[in-house]
Amino acid sequence: MEHSPPPFFKRGPAPLVRLFFFASLSLALLVLDARFRYTEAVRGALALVVYPIQRIAVAPIDFLEGVGGYFSSQSQLLDENAALRAQALANSQDALRFQAAQAESAQLRRMLGAAEKLEARAMPAEILYAGRDPYSHKVFIDRGGRHGVRPGSPVADDSGVVGQVTRVHALLSEVTLLTDPDQAIPVQVLRNGLRAVAFGGGNSGMLELRFMPANAEIQNGDRLVTSGIDGTYPAGLPVATVVDIERDAEHTFARVICRPAAGVDRGLFVLVLSDDTQRAARPDDVQPGKGRRLDKTRRARIKEAAREPAKAEATDVAR
Amino acid sequence: MSPDRSILVPARASTIIASFALALFLDFLPWRDLRLVPDFVALVLAFWCVRQPRLVGLGIAWALGLVSDAGNGVLLGQHALAYSVLAFLAIWMSRRILWFGPGQQALHVAVILLAAQGVVLLVRLAAGDQFPGWPIVVGPLAGAALWPMLSWLLLLPQRRPEREQTI
Repeated sequence: MEHSPPPFFKRGPAPLVRLFFFASLSLALLVLDARFRYTEAVRGALALVVYPIQRIAVAPIDFLEGVGGYFSSQSQLLDENAALRAQALANSQDALRFQAAQAESAQLRRMLGAAEKLEARAMPAEILYAGRDPYSHKVFIDRGGRHGVRPGSPVADDSGVVGQVTRVHALLSEVTLLTDPDQAIPVQVLRNGLRAVAFGGGNSGMLELRFMPANAEIQNGDRLVTSGIDGTYPAGLPVATVVDIERDAEHTFARVICRPAAGVDRGLFVLVLSDDTQRAARPDDVQPGKGRRLDKTRRARIKEAAREPAKAEATDVAR
Repeated sequence: MSPDRSILVPARASTIIASFALALFLDFLPWRDLRLVPDFVALVLAFWCVRQPRLVGLGIAWALGLVSDAGNGVLLGQHALAYSVLAFLAIWMSRRILWFGPGQQALHVAVILLAAQGVVLLVRLAAGDQFPGWPIVVGPLAGAALWPMLSWLLLLPQRRPEREQTI
């Protein structure tokens, strides 16, 4: 004990040793995160630590907007008011028509015995900031698990789908934008119902339809909406417009480039859509022991479904 | 350019913490194109590793990297690894760097920042991401260009008044 050097000579382990220690620690974390996703708790805690700094970073912009709004002149407000009133009138007519159409389609659907279209609940949220990562396209919104956001919920703005919630922290959540190269969304051409899957185009800010046959019936200006097949996105939300098609005889597939309908890279407010309806269990979730009983019920259900259209028609006639 | 030979007051921990908080704040600002904006945390970290290798080392670099990873929602550990490498290089070259004037110091720092960016690039390519294009080298170079201004700014709290220096 007496032979240890005086404290002012102690410098700890050599820098190279430290580098190896921290590099191996980082690599271990990387593997745990990328392969197994074991680090969500650590990530959530760290995100909470950074949260105040993030709020402060966005505060000056909010403040400037607030000041700008305060000093907007009265005539501007009056003009805006008149315009909004006219728009509300037009919208109310549209809304009436929409209600009628919805009732009609619900009736038709019931007659067809199809599943009820899922009702979506919308929660407004504000975009806090974009992730500092040129390799992916993510934004962070100010609603988290505390407010009832769940991972996988679709996110939209007033003109279309923006992306999907991929990670939920306590007070904020991470939204992967449609333009992220790893993000895919099932779509349908509004004109003819052609189904496809749109993938993010990365830094170009565009979407791409992959695996479309060269003779697919699609043309410039076609509007794409969600098909709702995946059960994640509600059907009928605008997604993109086709802007460029390259059909090359050398390639099996056509190259279809589309521009997102929503303000994916601009805008400050979004809606987080979520549905509370209970969906049927996927085939993977069904336990093997219960297979037979489920089969029986399914057969019974088919029988019932066969009977139901007749019943629906009967009630219609009665009406 | 000759190096600055004035005698400085020892750096205070509060200055270092405040500078890191400010750098994190600058990183979280909503920038337009992220590839062209320097990573301020990396720059400030390089500065303190060069100036105060006894106070700011690999442990702090690693912790800052984790915070940066969680805040930006990227792979946990990617910036931790890059900042560890950056801190090591900065500490290793600190005696050499301080011998030069601001312009030549910036050249050294450019190499360090590019190395850190290269580590991030390697990690992301290994994780299956696409190469985001050559503009990603603009960020580190812009950071190096800011170095003379940054070192003047961060040394301000340590400078003594002229009158005391002449004594």
